[in-house]
Amino acid sequence: MLNHSPLWKKLLVLFIVCIGALYALPNLYPEDPAVQISGLRGVEADVTTLDAVKSQLTEQKIDFSNIALENGQVLARFKDTENQLKARDLLDENLGDKFSVALNLTPATPDWLASIGGVPMKLGLDLSGGVSFTMEVNMNEAIVKAQQSMVGDFRTDLRGEKIRYRSVKKVSNAIEIQFRKTEDLDSGTRFLKKRYRDFLFVDNSDSLTLSVTMTPQKLKEIREYALAQNITIIRNRVNELGVSEPLVQRQGQKNIIIELPGVQDTAKAKEILNATATIEFRMVDSEGDLSSALNGRVPASSQLLYERDGRPQLLKKRVMLTGDHIVDAGSSFDEYSRPQVNITLDSPGGSKWSNATKNNIGKPMATVFIEYKPTDRVDAEGNTIFEKIEEIISVATIQGRLGKTFRITGAGTQAEAHNLALLLRAGALIAPIQIVEERTVGPTLGAENVQLGFQAIMGGFALVFLFMLVYYRAFGVVANIALGANLVLIIGVMSLIPGATLTLPGMAGIVLTVGMAVDANVLIFERIREELRAGKTVQQAIHQGYDAAFSTILDANITTLIAALILYAVGTGPIKGFAITLSIGILTSMFTAIIGTRTIVNAMWGGKRLDKLSI
Amino acid sequence: MQLLKLKETIEFMKHRKTAMVFSIVLMLASLTSIVVNKLNFGLDFTGGTLIEVGFDQAADLKQIRQVMDSNGFDDAVVQLYGTSRDVVIRLGQREDVKAEMLGNQILAILQEGTGQALAMRRIEFVGASVGDELTEQGGLAMLTALICILMYVAFRFEWRFALGSVFALFHDVLLTLGLFSILGLEFDLTVLAAILAVIGYSLNDTIVVSDRIRENFRKIREGSPAEIIDRSLTQTLSRTFITSITTLLVLGALFFQGGALIHGFATALLFGVFVGTYSSIYVASAVALSLGISKEDLIPEVIEKEGADQEMMEP
Repeated sequence: MLNHSPLWKKLLVLFIVCIGALYALPNLYPEDPAVQISGLRGVEADVTTLDAVKSQLTEQKIDFSNIALENGQVLARFKDTENQLKARDLLDENLGDKFSVALNLTPATPDWLASIGGVPMKLGLDLSGGVSFTMEVNMNEAIVKAQQSMVGDFRTDLRGEKIRYRSVKKVSNAIEIQFRKTEDLDSGTRFLKKRYRDFLFVDNSDSLTLSVTMTPQKLKEIREYALAQNITIIRNRVNELGVSEPLVQRQGQKNIIIELPGVQDTAKAKEILNATATIEFRMVDSEGDLSSALNGRVPASSQLLYERDGRPQLLKKRVMLTGDHIVDAGSSFDEYSRPQVNITLDSPGGSKWSNATKNNIGKPMATVFIEYKPTDRVDAEGNTIFEKIEEIISVATIQGRLGKTFRITGAGTQAEAHNLALLLRAGALIAPIQIVEERTVGPTLGAENVQLGFQAIMGGFALVFLFMLVYYRAFGVVANIALGANLVLIIGVMSLIPGATLTLPGMAGIVLTVGMAVDANVLIFERIREELRAGKTVQQAIHQGYDAAFSTILDANITTLIAALILYAVGTGPIKGFAITLSIGILTSMFTAIIGTRTIVNAMWGGKRLDKLSI
Repeated sequence: MQLLKLKETIEFMKHRKTAMVFSIVLMLASLTSIVVNKLNFGLDFTGGTLIEVGFDQAADLKQIRQVMDSNGFDDAVVQLYGTSRDVVIRLGQREDVKAEMLGNQILAILQEGTGQALAMRRIEFVGASVGDELTEQGGLAMLTALICILMYVAFRFEWRFALGSVFALFHDVLLTLGLFSILGLEFDLTVLAAILAVIGYSLNDTIVVSDRIRENFRKIREGSPAEIIDRSLTQTLSRTFITSITTLLVLGALFFQGGALIHGFATALLFGVFVGTYSSIYVASAVALSLGISKEDLIPEVIEKEGADQEMMEP
């Protein structure tokens, strides 16, 4: 029989639309003001935290509607913002620096919905308010640093193997090792080649030099590592800011995107993000003559640096350990209640450190703090040039062979020890970063954008609705049902996909989809009219109309999808939001406009003897 | 209800020379304006700082400019944004101050200088390198989109159609850019998104038309290519109109209700829908016709075996 949909098809359409509606549902519930308490530096909020929060709130008679432990965070919900703010101040004061307390808006999704994974759509920063930063990692510096550490490693290794060399130094993009004898060159080349597989070796027996460069693979690895490391560190720093649902994400080859919803005080955020610094441990050159160094005669293997109070120190150039091996640092008191800084290293750092310190027991060691400050100058490739500022933050004597955990005493007052610990923790960046883009949206603008976007969607929807009704009558009603289902499906899918964010351009995308989604129905309906005019029977006309229009609709939508996908690939933030809603809208509209309307049309008119159609 | 009651085939292709001249003139005008006036690139592309502040009462632009001047920001561009209480201040790249701290600094200056209560609505800072990258990426995106679409249409239809539709897209993009250049409207990221959406829309139209042309070439035995194209265009005309109407309706809603941030986006699309509709009728089909599209090109190929048309070389 013509124009008959089997039962399973009807049920499937109904099922899909219902699922869409179900997952769109959480967007209808309002949001509760809440306070989110999360642990810092590896501490997780647990039942004790939960109890502490509960008892403090009850004690101060602050009304809360619900307190729960979710994913290692305590979430306290309140009836109004007044109580929320009071609770934030109270908890912030009393919970100590192991926890961060952040204001949050928690969706009031009922439990049964939440249990099947129902969550409202995530709003972009242009709708929720907040700040987003794009930070650029200085890759040149990461590579230069890797080369410098290679110089040190080659020296140690050659010496360890008792292969004599004249010099090891960095020459533009390569490391050049100068030997004295051909035999040394040969054995050195053989040895290093075996040991370092990620490098390219070129030996020149005439000049007795071995030139070592990094393979593109290795260079890529260094860049990737620098980026990944920066992301981890920024994540830690962002956590210290106490922001609910921050986002730290890589973008492209050298950029990191940081989104802090709800943050208004961008100055503090920037201060913390901008503190690009590294730490190096180096030996003090006790044999060198400090006074002659001050007069400009610095020994070749040493460097003259200053302490914070201006005292000069002569340091060995060789870096014993870099700050990127530091896993954790904190301040406490030793047995004589003097302030000290406790440091934990990762395991490669630990063994390196143990080797480096065993021969230097009793000698002074300096901790050097290196800061990179962006200048206004730009290099040939358009990257900002960074100025390197080195400063000694502490000089301490090595008391014994040190391992993975050790402590620095004599760092001054307790506040200074605390500060040093903070610097050590934050100071592990191997490549400096810089803010290259910042967008702050105030809360009023965000709320306004939501309202405007909503109005535009509703306005556009109503106009199209009316038009279709007037123009196609009964079939217009069918198209409108499909349009409504499409909107529900878009919202449902947007809520369901974790990475999808609704932005203002995204809302524009929904509006546009509403306009363009009816196109499929217009195509079908016009075709049916045409077939009717050509004298076909009603059933034939419906059948032909859908049949003939299908491939056209498919082609037209696929090409639009291509444009949307490209937009997604290039765009950032709000634009990505537009691409996402557009793509989702194209897919859902194909479903509702073709399969959805066909099912309804078949049910209403299919298989009946009709002379006229209300179209 | 029916808007267009067409009894006879409209002879679109008869006027194709006129339309072509018209299109070429418009394209040249756009190109000239883009070269001479350039595009008024927004912050996303140029880099710099933008601060939007909301006042409680109507803002006094003169006073704000004075405050900015007296604090050494004499290059600041101060404009109303959307309403009389919202003010946007734009600053170019600066060497003397840390650009990322500029936003907060300006807010403080304004607060003090105007003595009025004001609310920070948004601050945007874009570094110069980001803008350059974006311009490059944006151009690349458009080019990639055009090439991908060219390939898809060539694969689904025929190369003459593919060239026709891509030429139509190029025409639409160029004219939209031209409009922004002539009117000096700000070209930011959302406008770029809108232009890609215009590509999507215009293509949609073109494909519907091309599809019908292909169908008619296969179905109708007599008639010249121009006649068949005319017939196809006439048949699809009412659909073209209705879809344009519904799209324009929603875009109207977006333009009037979507707020200032979305204006550029809506403008580009509104214009794009007009040109896109026109180009799918006149540019895409006309180009395909000029390239010599014929019935034979669209009849499904009879698969020939290699060498089947050659004489057998058996002994």
